[in-house]
Amino acid sequence: MAEQFKLITKHLDEPGFSPDIECYLRHGGYAALRKAVASPSRELADGKKLSPQEVLREDVKASGLRGRGGAGFSAGLKWSFVDRRSGKPIYLICNADESEPGTFKDRQIIHRDPHQLIEGMILSCWANDVKLAYIYIRGEMPEGARLLNVALKEVRSKGFLGKNILGTGYDLEIHVHRGAGAYICGEETGLIESLEGKRAYPRIKPPYFPAILGLYMCPTIVNNVETLCHVTHIVNMGAAEYAKLGTPNNTGTRIVSLSGDINRPGYYEIEVGKVTLGQLIHDSNFGGGLKPGRSLKAIIPGGSSSKVLKAGEVFKLNRKGPDGQMSKVDVPVLDLPYDFDSLQQAGTMSGSSAVIVLDDSRSMVVTLGNLSEFYAHESCGQCTPCREGALWLAKATHRLTHGEGRKEDTSYLAHIAQNIQGRTICAFGEAAAWPVLSFVKKFKDEFDAQGAADEAARANGIPPTHRPSPVVTLNLH
Amino acid sequence: MSFSVPSSLEAELDELTTHYPVKRSASLMFLHALQEHFGYISKEAMEWTAAKLELQPINVFELVTFYPMFRQEPLGKTHIKVCRTLSCALQGSAELREQFCNRLGLDSHAHTAQTTPDGKFTVEFVECLASCGTAPVVLVNESLHQTVSPAAAEEILRKGNLA
Repeated sequence: MAEQFKLITKHLDEPGFSPDIECYLRHGGYAALRKAVASPSRELADGKKLSPQEVLREDVKASGLRGRGGAGFSAGLKWSFVDRRSGKPIYLICNADESEPGTFKDRQIIHRDPHQLIEGMILSCWANDVKLAYIYIRGEMPEGARLLNVALKEVRSKGFLGKNILGTGYDLEIHVHRGAGAYICGEETGLIESLEGKRAYPRIKPPYFPAILGLYMCPTIVNNVETLCHVTHIVNMGAAEYAKLGTPNNTGTRIVSLSGDINRPGYYEIEVGKVTLGQLIHDSNFGGGLKPGRSLKAIIPGGSSSKVLKAGEVFKLNRKGPDGQMSKVDVPVLDLPYDFDSLQQAGTMSGSSAVIVLDDSRSMVVTLGNLSEFYAHESCGQCTPCREGALWLAKATHRLTHGEGRKEDTSYLAHIAQNIQGRTICAFGEAAAWPVLSFVKKFKDEFDAQGAADEAARANGIPPTHRPSPVVTLNLH
Repeated sequence: MSFSVPSSLEAELDELTTHYPVKRSASLMFLHALQEHFGYISKEAMEWTAAKLELQPINVFELVTFYPMFRQEPLGKTHIKVCRTLSCALQGSAELREQFCNRLGLDSHAHTAQTTPDGKFTVEFVECLASCGTAPVVLVNESLHQTVSPAAAEEILRKGNLA
């Protein structure tokens, strides 16, 4: 049976484990920081010498760590893009604006083990010559912000933060900055604008790559909470050992947020790729299966922005055979290893590793209506295709969920979504379009039937019915 | 009524400003603090913030209108934010909001935040609160209530009535 592998979440649910520094120190806290700053420089085969900071940067690259926020980009590579020659200060921002629907992993770290995040942050700052860093936490987590501020005060008093950290001469300050309820602040350039005290309008890339022109037009690293926590473990374990966790190109562990129609919703840490979607949903160690008498209908595999997977789908995945040759193999949806690459090959993404399960009692039309309303509300309004298009999508799904659907709504939704994706400054356009495109493609019958049923009802003079909640299966008159 | 910020709060905000190399960065934190103190963000509060951070009032006003958490009018003493987004909706958050609204005599179909005439309660539908594993969730002022049952909702109302 598949099991959890608890690296980041090791102590989170332990009785007696508290968020204060004494508890963290009793559990080996800040040992990685002590180890890293005392580590020697490393001589490479070609005679080149790496400073201890460069060693950690190389180790993060060698560990294979990929960003846990959504894009899954190599963390070490992201760090390597930082412009270190500009002479400008380098900033680091921890993205704690956890707001992708379905995701609640960073919340657990912040509220139960804030020092694990802070240690990872200090290490990452030290490795990148950062003197000033911020934790951008979403406004709706006031308790988390309070806990982080307490933790930062503790860590300053212990000499792990502030001037001359552990006698190394290295100075660092970290501050907590609160957002105020806008989803777009999770987008790294929007977050930077917000931290500058502006509306969170994402910046266009190029030229505004944060690694070159980020906060205050200085080189900036933006990393997710979970990503930064992994840095501590890479130091503790060594890059090579860490890279043995998970699967090739999908190393380490990941915290999966499970919600929706399963018996045991919650957060579960796994070795990346060692557990399948089916195991996450059905195993008693994880989701514990569906409600009695229910069958699986769909899976939203990586936060609400990821393309939906339909029960029974089979995908062609590239697999390396024993002879080293790549070949295409049929993989049913429930056998998809939960990792970055497999889900990408299945045409979707593991995103923020939030899995939302839908059983056969759910209407896909109403479910999409719920999501489209989210994107219409959260579009920052900067780019026309997204500002107008997200609203049109919500209006069309609203029609379909309020008994006012039209036959052509299925193709209308696809048409609008196609005209948003790829035409916006940031990835929000795709985030709003992908659920729509995948829902109307994979559940076309359901959308078509709803539009047709509403038209027929209108023709017969039956008044429209209001269906506000996805808990109710659509009544096709 | 003239607008005045207590000196202790002003000192707190002055300290906050030192966290940033550019003053303007402190604006969101200013607005949070002022909203917490006054219950909402008045025109005077925006002008005061702008003056403190050496900005034009429009630079502050555009934040108040952009970020959903900021409000320009006082709300109820007990502010009930019910999560509307998918995972909570699947566990009945629409019904939960309806329960709050019906018990308080508010319109359960209205889109915006609604406040009871006695100023005790505001009920609002908000987007994902990042606690989908314990859906449905409700943020009551600053405290998160998880897996909120109809009985738990009644308890929230009872406590709000005593507040």
